[in-house]
Amino acid sequence: MRAAMNTKRNLVTAALVAPAAAWLTVFLVLPFIAMLVFAFGERAPEGGYQVAFTFAQFANLPTRAAAFWNTLLLAPTGALLCLIVAYPVAYYLAVKANPRYRLILVSLVVVPFWTSLLVRTYAWMYILGSRGIPNLLSMIGIEDVRMLNTPGAVLLGIVYGYLPLMIMPIYVSLERLDRRLLEASADLGAKPVSTFFGVTLPLSLPGVMTGVALVTILLLGEYLIPQLLGGGKVFFIGNALVDLFLQSRNWPFGSAIAVTLVAVVVVVLMVAMRIAWRVAGTRQVDLV
Amino acid sequence: MRAFISSVYLFLYAPIALVVLFSFNAGRNASEFTGFSTAWYAKALSNTFLVSALQNSLIIAFTSAALAAVFGTMAALGMERLSSRMRALFDALFAAAIVVPGVVIGIATLVALVAVFSFVNPTIAALWPGDQPPRLGLGYGSIIAAHGLFSMALVAMIVKARIASLGRDIVEASSDLYATPLTTFRLIVLPQILPSILAGFLLAFTFSFDDFIIAFFVAGSKTTLPIYVFASIRRGVTPEINAIATLVLVASLLLILTARVLMREKKSKSGE
Repeated sequence: MRAAMNTKRNLVTAALVAPAAAWLTVFLVLPFIAMLVFAFGERAPEGGYQVAFTFAQFANLPTRAAAFWNTLLLAPTGALLCLIVAYPVAYYLAVKANPRYRLILVSLVVVPFWTSLLVRTYAWMYILGSRGIPNLLSMIGIEDVRMLNTPGAVLLGIVYGYLPLMIMPIYVSLERLDRRLLEASADLGAKPVSTFFGVTLPLSLPGVMTGVALVTILLLGEYLIPQLLGGGKVFFIGNALVDLFLQSRNWPFGSAIAVTLVAVVVVVLMVAMRIAWRVAGTRQVDLV
Repeated sequence: MRAFISSVYLFLYAPIALVVLFSFNAGRNASEFTGFSTAWYAKALSNTFLVSALQNSLIIAFTSAALAAVFGTMAALGMERLSSRMRALFDALFAAAIVVPGVVIGIATLVALVAVFSFVNPTIAALWPGDQPPRLGLGYGSIIAAHGLFSMALVAMIVKARIASLGRDIVEASSDLYATPLTTFRLIVLPQILPSILAGFLLAFTFSFDDFIIAFFVAGSKTTLPIYVFASIRRGVTPEINAIATLVLVASLLLILTARVLMREKKSKSGE
């Protein structure tokens, strides 16, 4: 009787997780294996893939070094710029803001993240493009200012696109901060500045780590922002991948780059988790 | 400090507002507003390519979000009954589905599907009795599959968090009163997790509707709205794109605001 009930329970459990398990296997695990196989293959003469086992694709990676350098330089720089803008906002929302308006102010930060990144990046293309600010500048006599297709434009787009994602985890860690610690610090004679650097900042570090890791990881795979605001002059790994897959149809080389990108993401993730564990326990972040 | 905060909010919203404003501009210039007009909307909506891209996007977003809502919820319910090792495996795979960059998901799905098709299509052709064997290819199915992956992970994450905050006692009380597990689920558990499922569905819909990079790889000859917008932007910035962008913004705004209201309800209820 008991055994029968156990069997039935196991069957129900299996039935519940089966569709997701199948989906994860067919559309996540298998594609990764396929990508790995492709990365060790050769390009067919007409493009696409040809069966082989060679390390040639990985040996070829240095030819795309520029894309890797741009990504590895601009992704962390962008994340740090985000952090500089995000921290004061998160601090204000969690500590200073009037509780009556807090929810609305937080919503106003989250909502842009869930609206089309394409449209939000397009907005800056519109503003920085020749009919936008440069046109206004030429009206007051400043001619030939180029804003689009510069590293600055890409960084601006990055801060604009990923600011909400940086603010949220920091806000959450600051909001959960025990106010009595701040009072205790003040009672013991600490000035607000030393309370901030001695108590508030260290306790919000897990949020800061989560935000920096999250934004950096997403930026490593960014395509749209460098494509639209960098205009082919400032390109990321993502742009090299689109070029290799959809233009020159060199799938094995593209797969090798994609595999390398995943390796970089995993390394960043592991370093971030290491630091996060050392700083404090991990906290869950509401992204919605 | 307040001045800084205000300027950040201005920074977040002014560019979007500008796009919306200039979608109503009679002229073509981005630097001067020459008069109010809805002509660009009329032009956009009479564009058959645009309308069919919109239709494709809606079909794909609805299907992938619905599949994700059902299967993601089932997974969330099933996962807590699994052994801790299996649960950790599911958690890791779902996390991977969310963290792996979209560009990699797109590529991996593309190479896997093309490899499968190159094997399956000749097989079907050899076995097919008629003259015109069906051919599998990229299209609706591949986009729905790839979007469904991220969305399922998203729904599972949201619903799992909700289940974790549910009181066990009420479920136990229900079974003590001789309710079958199915009745308990229908009357006790489902009503409490429904807002989270709906919120997950709406977020999944929003994700799919706005995604460009995954669809770009696996769409084959199908065009989704973001792919259409991207292609138009490359041909040149026009106020017509502003009009389309405004429509996309309004759609995502409605979806995300509804999702937030649903999630809020959940939070205030669980706070009791």
